[in-house]
Amino acid sequence: MSNDPQAGPVQTVTAPSPPGKLKKEAKPASLWGDAFYDLRRRPMFILSVVLIAILLVMSFWPSLFTSVNPFDAKTCELATARQGPSAGHIFGRDSLGCDVYARAIFGARNSIVIGVSTTIITAVVGGLLGLVAGARGGAIDTISSRITEVFFAIPWILGALLITATFRSANLGIWIVVIALAVLAWPMTFRIMRAAVITARNQDFVVAARALGASQSRVMFRHLLPNAIAPVIVVSTINLGVFISAEAALSFLGVGVQSPDISWGLMIADARNRFLEAPLPLVFPAVFLSITVLAFIMLGDAVRDALDPKLR
Amino acid sequence: MATKGERILEVRDLVKHFPLTQGILFKKQIGAIKAVDGVSFNLNKGETLGIVGESGCGKSTLAKVLMALERPTSGSVEINGRDIGKASGGELKRMRRNIQMVMQDPYTSLNPRKTVGDIIGEPFDIHTEVAPKGERRRKVQELLEVVGLNPDHINRYPHQFSGGQRQRIGIARGLALQPEIIVCDEPVSALDVSIQAQVINLLERLQNELDLAYIFIAHDLSVVRHISDRVAVMYLGKMVEIGKDAEIYDKPAHPYTQALLSAVPVPDPEGREQRERIILQGDPPSPANPPSGCRFRTRCWKAQEICAEEEPLLQIRPGTAHESACHFAETHDVVHVG
Amino acid sequence: MRKASTDVLPAEGGLGNEPLLAVEDLHVEFATRAGIVRAVNGVSYSLSPGETLAVLGESGSGKSVTAQAIMGILDMPPARIPKGEIRFRGTDLLKLSDEARTQVRGQRIAMVFQDALSALNPVFTVGWQISEMFRVHRGMSKRDAVNKAVELMDKVRIPAARQRVNDYPHQFSGGMRQRIMIAMSIALDPEVLIADEPTTALDVTVQAQIMELLAELQRESNMGMILITHDLGVVADVADKIAVMYGGRIVENAPVHDIYKTPAHPYTKGLLESIPRVDLKGQELYAIKGLPPNLLDMPTGCAFHPRCPYRQDNCVTDNPPLYEISGTRSSACHYWREVLDGDQG
Repeated sequence: MSNDPQAGPVQTVTAPSPPGKLKKEAKPASLWGDAFYDLRRRPMFILSVVLIAILLVMSFWPSLFTSVNPFDAKTCELATARQGPSAGHIFGRDSLGCDVYARAIFGARNSIVIGVSTTIITAVVGGLLGLVAGARGGAIDTISSRITEVFFAIPWILGALLITATFRSANLGIWIVVIALAVLAWPMTFRIMRAAVITARNQDFVVAARALGASQSRVMFRHLLPNAIAPVIVVSTINLGVFISAEAALSFLGVGVQSPDISWGLMIADARNRFLEAPLPLVFPAVFLSITVLAFIMLGDAVRDALDPKLR
Repeated sequence: MATKGERILEVRDLVKHFPLTQGILFKKQIGAIKAVDGVSFNLNKGETLGIVGESGCGKSTLAKVLMALERPTSGSVEINGRDIGKASGGELKRMRRNIQMVMQDPYTSLNPRKTVGDIIGEPFDIHTEVAPKGERRRKVQELLEVVGLNPDHINRYPHQFSGGQRQRIGIARGLALQPEIIVCDEPVSALDVSIQAQVINLLERLQNELDLAYIFIAHDLSVVRHISDRVAVMYLGKMVEIGKDAEIYDKPAHPYTQALLSAVPVPDPEGREQRERIILQGDPPSPANPPSGCRFRTRCWKAQEICAEEEPLLQIRPGTAHESACHFAETHDVVHVG
Repeated sequence: MRKASTDVLPAEGGLGNEPLLAVEDLHVEFATRAGIVRAVNGVSYSLSPGETLAVLGESGSGKSVTAQAIMGILDMPPARIPKGEIRFRGTDLLKLSDEARTQVRGQRIAMVFQDALSALNPVFTVGWQISEMFRVHRGMSKRDAVNKAVELMDKVRIPAARQRVNDYPHQFSGGMRQRIMIAMSIALDPEVLIADEPTTALDVTVQAQIMELLAELQRESNMGMILITHDLGVVADVADKIAVMYGGRIVENAPVHDIYKTPAHPYTKGLLESIPRVDLKGQELYAIKGLPPNLLDMPTGCAFHPRCPYRQDNCVTDNPPLYEISGTRSSACHYWREVLDGDQG
């Protein structure tokens, strides 16, 4: 029936029920329930959840990990600047003689808060607008699509400099970085959601739901959203890493997180000049940054697979 | 509820044009696709009306308008005397309980991210008055049993079923609200040959048990004949012939019906060299720009001047007992010759 | 004309007892994530010049995979041919070098696909695509090749071929696209034409046009044709002989007239009985119970036994060989005699 050499065999592969699923037959199933059931069996998911849990605890209760308070100027000794690891200062000291370990622990909070809140804002705003634009079509879709094109035309670094510089006087602290990044990044989520919704919208099961008398919001949230959310989740996790590094870039340029506040980006920027003589003050925050980004990407990957019953 | 043999669906002068537009923000209409262009018919309780025609004849658009998935451009679709084409809000929702559909493709018509229980139970979630919450799961299992599936499979996902089983799930969803009318749009054409008969038998059994009326849209003429009480033939948005199944198949009066019937391959090689074939030339014209007068005249061997000038009406013609839309209608048994 | 290919294959004649094309005990398997899928398990058939062989089967029966193996267009891996021969004019195609294989493909054995829209390249004009055959294989000049393309488009009855030669595939209707595909496949006068569900995507009136065209082209050139289909009606109209496939095997071989009158395999019989018949209107259709087999988990013994009304105990354990019924007929059923008698009664 098909020209595709694989089509025949592969179709019959998926047709009958795989053995081993029978034990689940007894209890009522739901998409997210089954996804969670599936996730608990993935080592990648467990590893990423453990890492993220540690990071979250670290950002909210940093004193659990270190007795040194890097905000206390007394803990820094200029005389010991760029000293290598020693007892009590396992990562060594930075160019101001402050403990790198303690700063890296305390830096987690800003990086994570900025990354997570920007991701949530872009996913919710861009996702909802994309869902509505894709599901409704017509004028709403045309207008919002044109608006996102305007945003795409702005180079993000220029836009971020402009926004942070404009609102500097408002004294918003790290939230200015969140606002700048969210304003510039939501169109990407919008586009991905809209494209995924439009693909799902034309499928027969959506027509079938409408024929049953399902309301517009039921169609949007019960049928379109679950079938369109996977690419948004994947892009959001990748963006989380991008936002954390964008925060670093902005801090480096002097418009992001400001000293004496601590962030990994700021630490990397500070240690950059003396990297050849004292690599550790740059390496440790960079490692923290990489592990954080990796943990979120692994999480996104595992969730995407779990949300697609066809991959199970 | 209507009683047996009573008219439950009445379609009058139904027209559905899709505008062809130009421009992005300020759209300008430059024409229209005349997908359905003046179609009238009735359907009685417990009856099956088969609708045949080739791609582009408007049969799928007709199904969408009947289901109120598309608003008619003009004309009416009355279900038990109320026009579903004009209904909206709560009234439309109530009317939908009476007309449901079974779709062609069992692979795309079921939400891949929902379990069978969610899919068949969705009608109860939407029409909460039909079944109290506690009873829904039991009702879904009953429906699974009715369509010949294992009620224990309620938690499985669609991809764990074969094409024929998925079509049964689609049928169960259509039955959930106990409609009087089910619109079947090519319900077996995507299935393997050995599975088609199972699904057709199921549809017939359900009709007998539940006194359903079917609009059965298909391109397979032998399947349509088997299941239908009456058959309508469509060409380019118009109905060209309608009548009892035996009338249409044994005494077709419209040249298009004759060509269609003679083109169907007969699964019997006996006398294949002698069989009469009317092979039409060319393709159907575009529904955006149909021919004047009779729409079939550009491919018709009987066409005369009058066919271009005057549109033939669907009416009973001399020598036939059913309605046909041809100036030169003449019964001619193409199936049993040779 | 046929340069290069004559080096490895006899050009014409020289057939002796050897058929034009013979498939012998062909096995094809696919390596998938879920395991080895044995799509074709020992298929044999043969084809003579001017003959039409219909290969009838459902999705997953292996009918298309067999054709792709003959054409040499299987992706290997994941596909693998562990066993079997495909002899074309006496030469085993599976033993040829890739280069020699390419010479055969398209020139001597050609194929028409089901979905003409995806088989044609959307960014080139149809004239360019048809004339490419002549430029590449015959070394013709661009102008001569285009003239040949127009000639072919006339031959497959595309109206106003000269004007339409520079149109793109999407500007043609489904039936016309299938004609273009046919024009491309017969461009180099192949000796074997494989048509894989050539009319499944088309409307009945257009289907009749295409089948008539194929029959006419076959009469003119004496090609052997393998028609792959699931449609018992199309088969009855055009085939000389039929091979019925089920679960990767041929379960019945027969001349077309015999099989419709007296099927010798329960699967064939079931398919024929499930066709709606006028005299049985209002009655329940005969339906083959159960589902087609899962190629990853084939039933033991005869693959059809879970669905078979003739099943006995040995069907569950012994896979039936292809029993010879007469010189032209064979059936892979232990109880073919009962099946034959049952139908005659």
